[in-house]
Amino acid sequence: MISVSNLTKVYGQTLAVDNISFEVGKGQIVGFLGPNGAGKSTTLRMLTCYMPPTSGGAKINGHDIFFESQKVRENLGYLPENCPLYTEMKVHEYLDFRGQLRGMDRASRRKRMDYAMERCWLTNVRNKTIGHLSKGYRQRVGLADALLHNPPVLILDEPTVGLDPTQIRETRKLIKDLGGEHTLLLSTHILPEVEAVCSHAIVIAGGKIVAQGSPDELRSSRRLQARVLVECKGPAKEVETALSHVSGVANVEILNGDTGADKHYVTAALRPKEAYDIREEVARTIIQHGWPLREIRLEHATLEEFFVQVTANQAIANAAKASGGAA
Amino acid sequence: MNRAYVIARRELSSYFFSPIAYVAMTLFLLICGVLFWNDFRPGQPAAMRTIFDWMVWLLVFIVPVLSMGLLAQEWATGTIETMMTAPIGETDMVLGKFVGSLLFFVVLLVPTLLYVVLLRIYAHPDYGPIISGYLGIILVGALFISIGLFFSSITRSQVVAAVSAAAVLFLVTIVPWWAGSKATLAGFWRKAADQGVFNHYTDFSKGIIDSGNFIFFVATTTVFLFLTVKVLESRRWK
Repeated sequence: MISVSNLTKVYGQTLAVDNISFEVGKGQIVGFLGPNGAGKSTTLRMLTCYMPPTSGGAKINGHDIFFESQKVRENLGYLPENCPLYTEMKVHEYLDFRGQLRGMDRASRRKRMDYAMERCWLTNVRNKTIGHLSKGYRQRVGLADALLHNPPVLILDEPTVGLDPTQIRETRKLIKDLGGEHTLLLSTHILPEVEAVCSHAIVIAGGKIVAQGSPDELRSSRRLQARVLVECKGPAKEVETALSHVSGVANVEILNGDTGADKHYVTAALRPKEAYDIREEVARTIIQHGWPLREIRLEHATLEEFFVQVTANQAIANAAKASGGAA
Repeated sequence: MNRAYVIARRELSSYFFSPIAYVAMTLFLLICGVLFWNDFRPGQPAAMRTIFDWMVWLLVFIVPVLSMGLLAQEWATGTIETMMTAPIGETDMVLGKFVGSLLFFVVLLVPTLLYVVLLRIYAHPDYGPIISGYLGIILVGALFISIGLFFSSITRSQVVAAVSAAAVLFLVTIVPWWAGSKATLAGFWRKAADQGVFNHYTDFSKGIIDSGNFIFFVATTTVFLFLTVKVLESRRWK
């Protein structure tokens, strides 16, 4: 549905997007993930034909973004960053205007407007002026506009920025519902968002793709192992030595010693040697020593750790390249 | 073309939500009213020539206020991105903005038809010069709006757009009129002053529709609209 090959964008001296290629299949929800300034919005603007690439190209639904810009724009719905709208218009007036711009006739406009407003929970504010709506509602008006002409491809630039937690949850649910029917590419710098809605993630940093795959694949790809957290009552030193002798434990780290308010309790983080569940062994050891056990918990590696790792690596590489170039 | 019409209609209706448009409209009509009142008395000719001439001067300052937001606001709020990623061309966008603004300008002129009615009640006006005068003032309005639209397209700031448009309008309208009145002016500068907007306009208010003047306004308006389309396209060259 979306196929990007060697897309590059240079602004003056700055390389904003550096030779990226990826594919998005029909019905997929793909998260475009990266820190601020990584080139996410620039890439999306190229895909939506707002600006042309410096080199490389892309196809949306089989249409080339450079040579068939009109066709591409007919085939996609786009929600730009910060969701710009004509604030003096009423919600239904705005959607009607957008439908007319897209050349929809009166009957199909009416039908699709009702559908989009219902889908985005806008029916009760249809007669309100957009300028008087809260940020959350405006975002939904932008989404309804993107959905209006039933495009096969939806491109959303940071769709949940500035929303409150309930609205974020609702918007994510909506996005998830839209997958399958539409192909979605959404950019974000919020990690739980990708884990919550996306079937596939593309991580971009410094204009380059640094990793891609399903959230699960990304987690396992960097050998970010799970760790076991143990909280028990006992002398820190003894707990540490006892636990490090449990078979399968690679290392033990005492997170808080027997100081602080809760000074009799020790929290230890244990890294297993392989993908091996050590919880039973650990529990047995602690009970053998007669230390009261408060908690034992397996903590999965988060995508956040992964994200911090890859983007930090990229930043270091960039810094090295920059200093190398200067010398 | 259909899309330009949709944009024009939205633009026209957006003026009625803009306080600054009402301020400009009120100011324009108030000053026109005072000028007409000054002229509308026994012994004066039953014509609108003086008031038409004054209108051109007023428009030098009124039109930039009406045109400043046309594109500058789109750049500032980012709505240009939603517009240009819909399947519409730059020409549709510019034509739509221009026509919408011109329609509002015509709405602005409508209350001045009251002067024609008053002249009709108290005297026997000659309708020819009045009709040609209105045609002329609409042509001047079109040119001024296209210049204003151009300056609105090159900046995000409405103030910058308005001030630079007013400066250029002053330069092409009032400066040549002032210079043209000097007898000492000759050669190239005399010819240049003859090309001022006011000079091309006065024939219309006298009741003469000269094809040369007509073409002057249509051609210059087209040039500025063309330049505006190029400015919108230029984001693709960067």
